[in-house]
Amino acid sequence: MGLEITFWIMAVVIIAAALAVILLRNVFHAALALILCFITVAGIYVTLSADFLAVVQILIYVGAISVLIILGIMMTREVQKGSPVNKLRIPAAIVAVVLLGILVYAVTATPWNISSQDPLTPTTMPLATKLFSENGFILPVEIGAVLLLAAILGAIVITRENKK
Amino acid sequence: MSIGLTHYLVLSAALFCIGLYGALTRRNAVIILMCIELMLNAVNISLIAFSSYVVPQLLTGQVFAIFVMVVAAAEIAVGLAIVLAIYRHFSNIDTNDINLLKW
Repeated sequence: MGLEITFWIMAVVIIAAALAVILLRNVFHAALALILCFITVAGIYVTLSADFLAVVQILIYVGAISVLIILGIMMTREVQKGSPVNKLRIPAAIVAVVLLGILVYAVTATPWNISSQDPLTPTTMPLATKLFSENGFILPVEIGAVLLLAAILGAIVITRENKK
Repeated sequence: MSIGLTHYLVLSAALFCIGLYGALTRRNAVIILMCIELMLNAVNISLIAFSSYVVPQLLTGQVFAIFVMVVAAAEIAVGLAIVLAIYRHFSNIDTNDINLLKW
């Protein structure tokens, strides 16, 4: 019973915050709504018994990505102009609503193979075993490290002043 | 009615469609990046819901969600760098005015 109440509260907050992100005129207020959305998504992870990922969500999204976004808003000074919409508003709304309808239909019509076992908790040690073990995901982890390095170097090169 | 996999998937679909609408309609490049983050979060919700309802002992979906987060971090860093470079060049990040590559 408690899980259901928690889920519904967090679902309503997530949808409201996401709508605020795309509807608020002030860019900075939209960024704050985005942070609220990230925190509530971490709560959703907790209800799915993904404790490690909830902490990672708070650390990466709320701690790092939102700071980067607010820094970007500060550097570009577009707060006063707001976030106007382009002339694709009605086709985009039709596409989004049709996609939502198709997705909801597909999700509700498919007979999912729900397992009867309880989810694994705590997940930190099994996740580490899965990521770093011999026949696990060690190669994707290495590729992810290279990707992050390339992204850092790319960000530095792109933002550097051109002193010619 | 107890909470099941379908509830999480419908929530994820709704979040994804809101992010898609925002990414298609906004003209501010930073808002577009924020909407892409919303869509990635929606995907993460569905991955973790599948992981905990379909293969609760394997955690494969959670591993995928970690990789999605890695790619999201790389994407937002490079994306904001591009936005800042564009702003330095045009003094503007309105996507309607940035049409250098438009034929």
